Amino acid sequence: MSEKTKSLRRSQIASNVAVYIILTVLSIIWLLPIAWLILSSFRLEGGAFVKYVWPKQLGFDNYVKLFTNKERNFVLWCTNTLTVAIFSCILSTLFTLCSSFALSRMRFKMRKTIMNIALILGMFPGFMSMIAIYHILKLLNLNQSLVALVLVYSGGAGLNYHICKGFFDTIPKELDEAAMIDGATRFRIFWQITIPLSKPMIIYTVLTSFLAPWTDFIFASFIMQGKSDLFTVSVGLWSMLERESISEWYLPFCAGAVVISIPITALFLFMQKYYAEGVTAGAVKG
Amino acid sequence: MATTTIGVKKKTSLFAQLWESICKGGVLVWLSCLFMGLGLILKGQVIKGIIYLLVEVAFVLFIVLFAGYYLGLLGSLGTVAEIIVGYEEFFGDLIPIYAYKHNSFQILLFNVLIFGVIFFFVYLWMRSVVDCYKAKLRADAGEPPISFTSELKTYLNSNFHVTILALPTIGVLAFTVFPLITMILLAFTNFDRAHLPPANLFTWNGFSIFKEIFNFGATGAVSISATFTRILIWTIIWAICATFLNYIFGMILALLINKKGIRFKKMWRTIFVTTIAVPQFVTLLLMSKILADEGIVNQLLIQWGFEPIKFFTGSGLTAKITVIVINLWVGIPYTMLMTTGILMNIPASLYESAKIDGASPFIMFVKITMPYMLFVTTPYLITQFIGNLNNFNVIYLLSGGNPLTSSLYYAGETDLLITWLYKLSLNQQMYNLASAIGILMFVISASLSLITYNMSASVKREEEFQ
Repeated sequence: MSEKTKSLRRSQIASNVAVYIILTVLSIIWLLPIAWLILSSFRLEGGAFVKYVWPKQLGFDNYVKLFTNKERNFVLWCTNTLTVAIFSCILSTLFTLCSSFALSRMRFKMRKTIMNIALILGMFPGFMSMIAIYHILKLLNLNQSLVALVLVYSGGAGLNYHICKGFFDTIPKELDEAAMIDGATRFRIFWQITIPLSKPMIIYTVLTSFLAPWTDFIFASFIMQGKSDLFTVSVGLWSMLERESISEWYLPFCAGAVVISIPITALFLFMQKYYAEGVTAGAVKG
Repeated sequence: MATTTIGVKKKTSLFAQLWESICKGGVLVWLSCLFMGLGLILKGQVIKGIIYLLVEVAFVLFIVLFAGYYLGLLGSLGTVAEIIVGYEEFFGDLIPIYAYKHNSFQILLFNVLIFGVIFFFVYLWMRSVVDCYKAKLRADAGEPPISFTSELKTYLNSNFHVTILALPTIGVLAFTVFPLITMILLAFTNFDRAHLPPANLFTWNGFSIFKEIFNFGATGAVSISATFTRILIWTIIWAICATFLNYIFGMILALLINKKGIRFKKMWRTIFVTTIAVPQFVTLLLMSKILADEGIVNQLLIQWGFEPIKFFTGSGLTAKITVIVINLWVGIPYTMLMTTGILMNIPASLYESAKIDGASPFIMFVKITMPYMLFVTTPYLITQFIGNLNNFNVIYLLSGGNPLTSSLYYAGETDLLITWLYKLSLNQQMYNLASAIGILMFVISASLSLITYNMSASVKREEEFQ
């Protein structure tokens, strides 16, 4: 008996050691590019491509260049992105909460139809409508402006109701019913019951819509089309790596990437539990 | 409430209600068909009636003053691109000054908008006729008319969904539906680089661009149809690999971290999560430079005495494998993060009884973990799959569609349909071809996902869960 448990324990230790080794190797694989990015951001010599891993000289010059250069104005790009992020996050959160509440807590004739239409609309490649949106904005004289970007980011937010609706679905219906017996209108239920109960969901929605402008590339690049004083951070950083500028701007690019990655990483780590909850909230458990 | 006992049954469709109203309504309702809201005004619901009447006046003005002109141009999408508006003297010669007249794109856009307004008006008209009929029934039964304020109040209560959906719907209509319809229509025009407004006109072209895409017998230099087929096959292979490899490996990673006896679970998780917290365009651009021909990986390979690998400039196969592998690097932590919580929800008793029956970890993974996970995460998998079919970022920022090849029509070996569409519209200005491809992409992803979506249990049991 004791012989058997001993061998069992030994095999368990062996398998645990194997798992530790695998996890360590994987961690190294996953962290190496990040480490390379950070190292490059402090490297003073050489351009985009060097023949060695460890920099010969370390310093903050790339960061200084990043923040002081007026031709590629990183600070301006950051404020552009921040402006867009704040406004689009307010609008998108409002839209998402509204459509989620209607589709989750209310039953009306067109409900299923609307959900099916939303599903179908979501299957068109988002970029496809982009070309038309660009021309529409051009007719309105709004193309190449931050307003356009805010509208593009938040305009369709009502379609992203899935996660939020999944969360609302988990709030017991009895709460609404009790409030209605007491004479509360649907509006009061939304404002005074559902919203206060959904703090984690609201935080999640606000953060995701706040982060979107910082990480989106395709829409911003398409709308701004070379107007560098209206670039968002991602388009600006991308423009540094174009063929004619990469040798001079690769190292500041790394510095810029580090600078914007720090707050985004912090926010992401903060909201990761909401993320995991949100993605699965819509699904049935067990 | 009295309203439900008299009047039209609420359950029937608006068309049935309209039919009933017209059949049984009599002269008053018939007149109200011509003058919206007339019946309402006469039967005491004055404010609502006047609003309907104003809507009708506004609509007529809209058609006469604005829409008529553009509707007339719908058939041709414009006949004159430029007109001479005057002359300018230039060293004694008279030089004509040109101005743009018809802009085909603008005409198309406005027509979509006008049709939207017409549909909305028809809907309001139907509502107004039914409302008149209801008001007449109430008056016949001797009941007081519904006051405007009490009707407004329903929009905070039983009709609250209308209020709350109004803003999001306007947003979606303006920024998703309206552009989409325009784009779909573009596929049936000849809007390409030879017909660019405002200097040139484009016009309706029927299905000819679709014929070109499906013209598989085409011979000649580089055919669109052959390119489409090749890119489509690669897109599907890519989506399958990217979705399922990420899913399975991500789950295995989560299981490894969750394994009993492994310490510092939080630290392991944070390591992997940190890498996805860094914005994707940063990591992807970084990877593309690390793997470039002169990038650090190849430099080190040369120093260690190996042959350098041309990741994105050599053979198509190498590039495709590279893209899939890098996407694993990008995607595995996501799946890990997403599945960790659900994996912990799997009842431990299942595993214990399986262990007693002598099941190996592999058997347990296949027989317990996978079915459970698939059951819970099917909707997630579908969205991932669709997302990967349209995964612009990874391809565009990583390989840019390279390696280039002359055997494809303005596309590289790793281009997906979405990046091909991007290149066609942005670089080549073949807007009609790009729209047609967009429509086909939609048909593919819609049919794929509607089938699976409707089969998945978590959708069917939505009501049960609440």
